[in-house]
This record gives sequence, structure tokens and C-alpha cells, in this order.
Amino acid sequence: MKNRGLAFKLVLLILSSVTLIFLLIFGYSYTYSRKIIVENVEKNAMNLARATVNQIDIVLSSIEKVPENLAYVLDRSLCSGEELNNLLKHIVQKNDEIYGSAVAFEPLAYDGKKGRYAPYFYKGGGEIKYSDLGTASYQYFFQDWYQIPKELNKPVWTEPYFDEGGGNIIMSTYSVPFYRTMAGKKGIAGIITSDISLSWLQEIVASIKIAKTGYAFLISQNGTFVTHPKKELVMNETIFSQAETRGDEELRRIGRKMIHGKSGFVPFRSILTEKLCWMVYAPLSSTKWSLGVLFPQDELMADVIRLNKTLIILGLLGFIFLLVVIVFIARSITRPLSVLAGAAEDIAKGNLDVSIPEIRTKDEVGQLAQSFNYMKTSLKQYIVDLTETTALKERMESELQIAHDIQMGLLPKIFPAFPDMPEFDLYATLEPAREVGGDLFDFFFLDDDHLCFNVGDVSGKGVPASLFMAITKTLIKTRATKDMPPEVVLNQVNQDLSEDNPSLLFVTLFLGTLNIKDGTIEYCNGGHNPPYIIRESGEIEAVEMTGGLALGVMEDFSFQSKRIVLNRGDAIFIYSDGVTEAMNSRHELFSEARLEGELKKLRGLPVGDILAGVTEKIREFSQGEPQTDDITMMIIQYNGSDDVTLNDLGMEDDIV
Amino acid sequence: MVNVKMREKCKLIIAATLFLIIISGAPAEGDILKKASFIPQWVPQAQFAGYYMALEKGIYKKHGIDLTIITGGPDYSPSDLLTDRRADFASLWLSTGIQMRAGGENILNIAQIMQRSALMLVAKKANGIEKPQDMNGRKVGLWGPVFQLQPRAFFRRYDLTMQVIPQSFSVNLFLRGGVDVASAMWYNEYHTIMNCGINPDELTTFFFHEHGLNFPEDGIYVLEETYRKDPALCAAFVLASIEGWLYAFDHPDEALAVTMRNLKKEHIPTTLVHQKWMLERMKDLILPEAGEDAGMGGLLIEDYSRVARGLKSMGLIDSIPGFTSFYKVISDKDEK
Repeated sequence: MKNRGLAFKLVLLILSSVTLIFLLIFGYSYTYSRKIIVENVEKNAMNLARATVNQIDIVLSSIEKVPENLAYVLDRSLCSGEELNNLLKHIVQKNDEIYGSAVAFEPLAYDGKKGRYAPYFYKGGGEIKYSDLGTASYQYFFQDWYQIPKELNKPVWTEPYFDEGGGNIIMSTYSVPFYRTMAGKKGIAGIITSDISLSWLQEIVASIKIAKTGYAFLISQNGTFVTHPKKELVMNETIFSQAETRGDEELRRIGRKMIHGKSGFVPFRSILTEKLCWMVYAPLSSTKWSLGVLFPQDELMADVIRLNKTLIILGLLGFIFLLVVIVFIARSITRPLSVLAGAAEDIAKGNLDVSIPEIRTKDEVGQLAQSFNYMKTSLKQYIVDLTETTALKERMESELQIAHDIQMGLLPKIFPAFPDMPEFDLYATLEPAREVGGDLFDFFFLDDDHLCFNVGDVSGKGVPASLFMAITKTLIKTRATKDMPPEVVLNQVNQDLSEDNPSLLFVTLFLGTLNIKDGTIEYCNGGHNPPYIIRESGEIEAVEMTGGLALGVMEDFSFQSKRIVLNRGDAIFIYSDGVTEAMNSRHELFSEARLEGELKKLRGLPVGDILAGVTEKIREFSQGEPQTDDITMMIIQYNGSDDVTLNDLGMEDDIV
Repeated sequence: MVNVKMREKCKLIIAATLFLIIISGAPAEGDILKKASFIPQWVPQAQFAGYYMALEKGIYKKHGIDLTIITGGPDYSPSDLLTDRRADFASLWLSTGIQMRAGGENILNIAQIMQRSALMLVAKKANGIEKPQDMNGRKVGLWGPVFQLQPRAFFRRYDLTMQVIPQSFSVNLFLRGGVDVASAMWYNEYHTIMNCGINPDELTTFFFHEHGLNFPEDGIYVLEETYRKDPALCAAFVLASIEGWLYAFDHPDEALAVTMRNLKKEHIPTTLVHQKWMLERMKDLILPEAGEDAGMGGLLIEDYSRVARGLKSMGLIDSIPGFTSFYKVISDKDEK
């Protein structure tokens, strides 16, 4: 899902939501319409069952009256045999529904002599026939129609039975006991019966047709099928034997409710068609039999089912339509998006000439495409600008590199300087922080005995500083001449620098002259860090300040010189503030204290090694932090002179 | 558990019977079949499925008998047909057999097919009858004399005074409440009552064989003279009948199909479920229970004396016939 396209997600989410909504509506509609139909069916079914039951009961109860009335007569008066026979014959003749009628007497109850006597009149072959049921073979005392009312002492309807003599019609007998007082005791004198054919009843029940396959059936008190469209069940099976045959416990439960005189409305599987039906059942109040009427569910639900089928088809069509629409919409969004994505990829690869598809819509996608186009154009312009700038920068860098080389070329770079002069050793280094820097150093002989040396630091950095440095260095070289004391040199250089200084740059400068014959240094400090004297004994002492200002600040400033003497083995160490102000990542400075310590440790080494050692320590200290200022160091160690005449000879030599 | 044991026992019996048949050797095909006839007590319901199966599957023929089964029913009395020599073999109750023998009829029991009595009393729990004592003073429906032996002995045993009502062959009197207690055959009326909508748990049942009154019923009877003349025929009939019963128990669907066909031919209404119930109960009644002494078709002397003493105490017989003169054990050797 996460990796699927936008179209897929849209289709899935929208369609599943729509389907869910549709199913909910459909389900509700189906349930509700079904409920209405079931309610209607139940109401109609109950009415139908009651009406049918009443129709049957009216006939049966009218038949019940006949033997009941006869019993009423016989209870009170003894008829003669002839009178009784006439009565019975009349009853059979006058009542169409009555097939036969008998009065069966208890032993000796008829005339005190006969052990059994049961005159019976019945319709046979179009006329009324007579027989005496009181035969040895028939044993009417043990027949259900006689024994049950006698033992229960009340009228009963017998279970239906096939009358084999009467043309295979189903009969039932209504038996009513009558009573006599014999020997002062009232007791049953016999049973009066009316046999009725049930063919009219079967017709009534069979005439009930519900929809195409709905039908009605009747079961007796034992559950025996009295009528059923499935003929082999009638008078042979009970609803319970069917339940057992079909292994249908529910059928048995319904059957029990039916024979127990209950009425109800239940789902029921038709024994005839196996279709699911609703069945209404109601008892006959006379015989206690039960009528069941089946309403085939599918046939009654046919309209609802048809409606639902149409709904489902419409739903499916709608679904497909929606699918097409969503896919169309999704495509119209995703197609430009994926084209834009492709274009972005091309741009990322550097192809800025890729064509952005023209999207006419003014929606978000259109805006995106517009922005994208603008981005492309801007990017292109930016890259053009960048290319130009880079070229410019490269040119400047190469110029700066040249400037660097030139600046470095200004500085003496052969060390040890003056290898043929044993009186002193001189080493110096300058590491600019940028291509070009503002530090400077220089040394040259004023005459045979006097070495002029200077270290300076121009305020600011870069090209202006480097130019100012070059000017300064040139001015020093020009001004420092034979026998000129340092203060005069500084005075003049200061004068020169200050005169025309629009940039308001200045330079700190330490300048000294070493007499190589006696080690005397005359010096003047123009605002520069005081150098150190490293005594041969190991003491480190700062060179006393001369109270000078930086050069180029005040035009008519008057500098003062001072004098110091180096003994054999002593050295002077001059440096720029790039040394002591070198910074590490914790923003700590290298500091004078650390410098003094290092110098003490390096004491006694050749001067070149001392400078290399200090440089190394500064690098260690700064731990790769970029250098912020030019680092310049110079060291001169005085070795003493064996020949003092050189100065006396007044030789002048400028090595540089 | 009992069923499993019984089934195993049944298999053993089948195996044993088949073995006996094999070693006894079936009659050669060329042998002339002996004609014989048999009358069961009633219509061809599953109560007699074994005989009809043996006939259907040619088992009697295999044993050298060309058998005719006379269709029984209310119009035929098997005891009359036997004594009139209209049937060579008859199915009778043990009590009937003993009564006839004691009455001077020279009949023999050559197989006691049912080992247990199927006669029972049923009552509705709703009428408050849960144990024998609850029946005291109630109306009980009883059939004819031969069906009254066990009930009357039962009432005596539990000291019950009952109001006896003659019972017909319908159960409607009981269903309508005309009697509180009714007689029933386990394989027949009991199931009919179930199929009239009464649940088993609504009934209290009293099986006589559970109350020390096991009067086994159906057995095979023959006239003594028939037996003397051809004991091999009698043995063949018994062995073939037992084989037929075992076949019916092993192939219930086949046996039920034959039963339904025969009943339909006689236009006797019935249902398959009823016949199925009956056949299953026959199996329970005919197959000896695990641990019982009698083999299939055997008559135990204790069963014999129990029934005979019952008859005598009811005054139905004057003296008890000798067991060995009444019952002839049939073994495979007798068939030759």
C-alpha cells in the first residue's frame, strides 16, 4: 500500500468506502423490506389459518351436536330397540356429513341380557344399511372409539382412520358416552358415535394455495398427516416420523407445539419442496388437530429479491463508473506529477534544458508545474552567474597566487643567511594566513659590521596589507643607510608612511642594528611585540620597550632608540603577534608565557631548529584550527667576533 | 461400550458360524432341496428380517432347504399352523411354547432366537410415575394372557394393586390418558409412542428383563415328529436362520429394503424409520450380551425355568415340562 501509486490508493480507499456505504444501505433496505413483508405475511397467514380453522370447526361442532343430543335423550329415557333404530336411521339419513352412527352398549346395559349390542346404521350403496357391531370377532369394547371416551368419561374425536369398506376414504368418529343409573349407581351405559368422512375437510385444506408452491396440511392429535400434498405421508407417517427420517429436531419441536394445541408462526422447511417457508399453525378446537399453512419465502420475497437484484446491478454499474472516474482523475493528477518527477531527476543530473510539460490547469498541479518551471529558469540563471563568479574568483585567486609569490620574493629566503659570517646565525620565517599577508621581515648589512634587521606587522590583512607591507619594506630599505641610527630610520619611514595614507593603515615595526664586532644592538620599537633575548645562560628576557607608536599613525612622531648587548651565545628572538595570538579550538591563545616556555626548552639548539621547534609547537597547539594571522619569527644568535678590525676598516657591504 | 463389545462379539460369532458352515460343508449342488415352510408370528416387519434375508440371499438353499415363508398376520395363528402341519417351522414366544408343550402338544424348541424380553411398561412422568411404587392403584393397559405373565409377576413383586384395562393394539388409549401405564414392545409400540410426539425423557420405562423377569420371546418351534424324521433339516433351518440374522445385522440397509418391499406388497402402512428402529432393537435382543452363556439361538435353562415357573404360578400350566424334552440343542453336526 505504501509503495503503491496515488491512483491505486485513491481507487482503493474511495471504492471500499463507497462499497461499504452501499452495502450498509442495501443491507438496511433488504432487512427492512423483508421485515415488512414478514410482518404482512404473518398477519395474513394468521388470518387465513384462523378462517380455515373456523370453517372446519363450524362443520365439526355441528356434527358433534347430533350424538350429544342423542346422548342427552338416552341419558333420560330408555328407548325400545325399534325406536333407537329409527332414531339412528333418521340421523344418518338427515345428516349429509354423517356417514354412519351407532349406539354401542356396555355389557347387559341394553336389556340386561345381551353381553354386547351395538346397532349401527351407515350409508352404503345409496341406501341406509344396518348391522350389529356386537360380534365376537369385532370386540368393540376394545376399539379406540369405544374405549377412549369410556375411560376418559368424555366425548372424543378418534384418530382418523381409513375406512376400507367405504371406498378408501378417511374417516373419524365422534364418540359420546351416555349414562344410566343401575342398581342405584350412575354409570356409563354405552357410547354413541357419528362417523364422518373427512374428504370435505381434505378438500378445504387442499384448496389452500399460497403463491406457486405454498400449501396447507393437517395433522391429527398423534401428529399423523390427515392431509398433505405428498400423498404417501397421509395416514401413514406422523410429523415426528418425518422429523426422524429427516433428522430434523426443529421439525419435531414444531410438531410437538402443533399437537399440544399451540399456534404460531415459524420458519419451516417444506417437506414437499424442501424450500424454506414460513409456516403458520393453529389448532382445530373440536378435534384438537392442527392446521399448518406454508408460505414459500422465496416466492413471497420475489419482489424484494428482484428489487435487490436490480439494486445490486445498479450498484455494480455505479461502482464501475466510479472506478473509471477515479482512475481518470487520479491519472490527470499523477501523469503531470510523474512527468515533473522525471524532469526533476533530469535537472538533478544537471540537464537544465529539459522541457517542463505545459500544464494548462490552474489547480495545485498547474501551480506546481509553474513553480517548477520558474525554479528551473532560476536555477539555470544561478548556475550561469555561479560559473561567471567562479571564473572571476579563479582569476583573482591566480592573481593572488602571483601576488603571494611576489610578496614572498620580497623576503630573504636563503637560510642560514650569511653562512660565511661566523659571528652570528640568522633564521627567519613568515607564514601568511592568506595568500598574501601584512607581516614583513628583512635584514641587510648597513656596513661591514652593522646588520640591520627588522620585523613588522601591518594592520589588516590581504592585498591592502601586503601592498602596505611592500611599501614599508621598500621604505625601510631605502632609508636605512650607513650610520643611521634606528630611531632616525623609523622617524623617516613613519614620516613617509603617514604622509599619504588614505587607507589609514599602520604597521608595527621592530628595527635594530647589530654590531657584529661587539654584539651591541641598537633598536627602536614602533608598537611591535617586544622581542626576547635568549641568554646563553638560559634566561629569557623581554627586550625593553622604546615607547614608540606604530608607524603611519602619527606623522611627526619622534622615535627613541635603545641599546642592548648580546654576549657570545646570546640570541634575540623577534616575532609577530600571529605567534602569541595563535588560537586553538577552545579559543585559547598560544600566549607569551607558552612562547617563553618553549624558547627555554629549545635553548641551545641551532637557531634554525629553534624556529622549526616553535612552529611545530604552534601547529600542535592550534590542533588544525585555521591560521587567523600571519606568523613571522626571526632569530639572531651572536657568536662573538675574533676580528674587531672589520668595523675599523669601515667596510660597507650590503649582502642583499 | 456395550455396543462395541457386542459388535466384536457379533464378528466373532459370524466368523465362528462361517467356520462351522465351511467345515460342515454345504450340500453339493446336485442334492435335491428339501421343501419346508415357516410361519412367523406377525406381518413381515423387521422383527423377522433375519428369516427374510436368509431367504433373499439364498442361505436356506445353501443349506439344502427350499423354504416358503408363510406371510403372518392377524388372520394366522402360528401355533395352529404348526399343529395342523400347515407349517413345518413356526416362530412362537417361549411362554406360548411351554404352554403348548404342557398342554400336550408335542412341539420342540430348536432355537431361542431372542435372548431378552422386549415387553415393557411405559408411563408418563407427567403423571408422577417414576418408579414401580408410583403405579399403585393406577390404570394399566394389558394385552392378552400371554402378554400379562410378566406384568402380573411384576405387580406382585412390587406389591402393586392395579386397575387392569384391556389394551388394544393401538397406543391411543395411553396417548389420550385413558390409561396411566401401557404395555409396549420395545421394538414396536415404544417407537410408535415416540413418533406420536412424546419424547423419551417424558416417559418412565420398565423393562421386565431389568426387573428379574426376563421371559425371552421369539423362538423356533417344530413338531417332535418332524424333528425325529429329519433332524438335519431342523439343524439346517436353524443355522441358516441365524446366518440370515447375522447378515441382516451386517447389512441393515439391505435388510430394511427387503422389509419395506415385503410390507408394501402386503399393503401394510409403515415407515422406514420405524422398521429401522425395530431392526436395531432386534440386534439388541437377539445377540447375546458379552459374558452371557448362551450362544446365538441358545436357550438357557434358567430362562426356561423362570418362564415355566411363572406360567405355573399363574395357573396357566399344571406341570413344568422337562427341559431336555422341550429344547433340542442344534449344532453344526446335526445338519449332516
